[in-house]
Amino acid sequence: MKQLWRFIVKEAMHILRDRRTLSVLLLMPLAQILIFGYVISTEIKDARIGVLDKAGDYASEGLRNRLAASGYFKVERIFVNEEEVAAALRSGAVQMAVVIGPGFGSASSDPDGSRVQLLADASEANTAQMLVNYAEGIVRDYEQELVGVQAKQAALVEVRMAYNPSLKGVFMSVPGIMAMILMLVSAMMTSISITREKEYGSMEILLVSPLKPWQIILGKVSPYVFLSFLNAASILAVGVGVFKVPMMGSWLLLALVNFLYILLALSLGIFISTVAPNQMVAMFISLFALMLPTILLSGFIYPIENMPVALQWFSKLMPPRYYIEAVKVLMFKGAGLGVVWKELLLMLAFLGAFLSLSVYNFKVRLE
Amino acid sequence: MMISVHELSKGYGDIQALEGLSFEVQGGELFGVLGPDGAGKSTLFRILLSLLLPGSGTVRVGGLDPVRDLHALRKKVGYMPGKFALYEDLSVEENLQFFASVFGTTPAANYELIKEVYQQIEPFKKRPAGKLSGGMKQKLALSCALIHRPELLVLDEPTTGVDAVSRSEFWALLKKLKAHGITILVATPYMDEAALCDRVALMQKGRLLTVASPGEVVRDFEGLFYGVSGGHPYGLIQACRAFEPVVSVFPFGEELHVRFNRDDEAAEHLVDHLKSSGFSGAVVRPIAPNIEDCFMALMATENDLKG
Repeated sequence: MKQLWRFIVKEAMHILRDRRTLSVLLLMPLAQILIFGYVISTEIKDARIGVLDKAGDYASEGLRNRLAASGYFKVERIFVNEEEVAAALRSGAVQMAVVIGPGFGSASSDPDGSRVQLLADASEANTAQMLVNYAEGIVRDYEQELVGVQAKQAALVEVRMAYNPSLKGVFMSVPGIMAMILMLVSAMMTSISITREKEYGSMEILLVSPLKPWQIILGKVSPYVFLSFLNAASILAVGVGVFKVPMMGSWLLLALVNFLYILLALSLGIFISTVAPNQMVAMFISLFALMLPTILLSGFIYPIENMPVALQWFSKLMPPRYYIEAVKVLMFKGAGLGVVWKELLLMLAFLGAFLSLSVYNFKVRLE
Repeated sequence: MMISVHELSKGYGDIQALEGLSFEVQGGELFGVLGPDGAGKSTLFRILLSLLLPGSGTVRVGGLDPVRDLHALRKKVGYMPGKFALYEDLSVEENLQFFASVFGTTPAANYELIKEVYQQIEPFKKRPAGKLSGGMKQKLALSCALIHRPELLVLDEPTTGVDAVSRSEFWALLKKLKAHGITILVATPYMDEAALCDRVALMQKGRLLTVASPGEVVRDFEGLFYGVSGGHPYGLIQACRAFEPVVSVFPFGEELHVRFNRDDEAAEHLVDHLKSSGFSGAVVRPIAPNIEDCFMALMATENDLKG
């Protein structure tokens, strides 16, 4: 037991003395969450639009005000004819043009004349789609108000975005970034630190010592469990404190999910270190076999439902997927153990599999 | 008997690293394994240390089988790999502390054993191991290998890349350790170090050429040696090689060492040959071969047989 403790102390000294790596490890999660929170925003804010108002009456002016007051749009131009509309879209001066038909607001006139046309610059397809959706919503709401209750429409769709009513991207980012950072710190750093011993030759001395393989492994990974937990806590603190990400569930359960995921990532790191001959290979395996799938296939950035069927199946093999799933329902919906037990069990199964593989693969000799 | 090896062979794929090695090392002996790079010294040591599996043959270290009893064996041996393999970011003191704890002991418990070695680096105990000179690194590595009082100390080329003064200091330390009753197995590519061992094994291309004490190697060697000087070395070597009965010529310090087959009477005419080749000042004197001469000759003969 004392041997193991000394080993952990030694490992902690390696980490603490490498100031540069340590500061990267501690600051990176904060930088990531701030970047995802502020910069990579998928929300619409102050999009440049122009309006061609052919009706020019009280009702159409009301619509213009509605659009401007929504906060999503900023009316940059008032057009007088269609040519101006086309030119402004082409030059990129506006991202969307709203053309209000001459008969807008007067329910009795012919349907064509009362239409509102939305012209979006679809060279940025995603943005265009979102602009149109937002504008459509505003127009529909306004029309309904104008027409009043008496003119009932055939089917009225009422949309409510539950658990994330304003569709904030940062909500999604927090579990995703935690999945990514914890995978990076736990798996990559442990695999590198174990292979470093192989590369420098100190593993040879450790092997010739009475230390058991499990002591070597446990000694190497323990400090990283602590470091990973610190990272998870700092991401959560910024997410909840700065970006007001809701935390509906139990903190204890959240800690448990994180702990399990960290162990899982560590076991992956150990497994990689038993396969990789040196630090370089360990880093590449960690990056390409762990990081990219974590980012791309876990549902963090791209919705799993939109993937080809084959990749959807493949994503079932990605442990981070279950972690993100569990953290999401826990934080946003306040789900308890009764809901996340399936994810926890799956992570436990992955953990068991990787640990047995590592123990099986760990060499007590050099060959 | 500390080490007993019988008909040991080991191959990596097509390459035969060790071929039919048999030898024994007595307890308390300072046993040297000599050979050029690639002779198979490290492979042999790693098999003895249970780090590699033998291909065929039997190996016993301290009465234990490195294949089956590896955990028992690993408590008895101290190992210093050829490459400096301590933690460069930890201080001298911390490295020693760590390796002591790995073996379940403390630096204080066996201080008397490592004192001779450790005293020389103790003034720098707060310094990171990576910032030590080559000689000091070797002494630290030796202290760490000794910290658990092993029965067998295995040193893989401990003096390679170390300056001449540090080398002789290091060998003086080994002599003192021997007095503590520790069996020492040491590999080296430097032939002059062979004379400092109790017994030496000469290895080449995975085979054992000879196992004997340095005195026996010299005594049993079949050959006649002359020291040649007086003239530009390069020209002199050419002139000696041109003389038919000469078997080999090697420069050695100020002199050339020229070998003839034993009982070759032509040797007496070497000086005449040199004088007629334009080396009027050539001096030829009979010499007793040193261990290097013998090993160079043995390795050359082995090459001829194989070639």
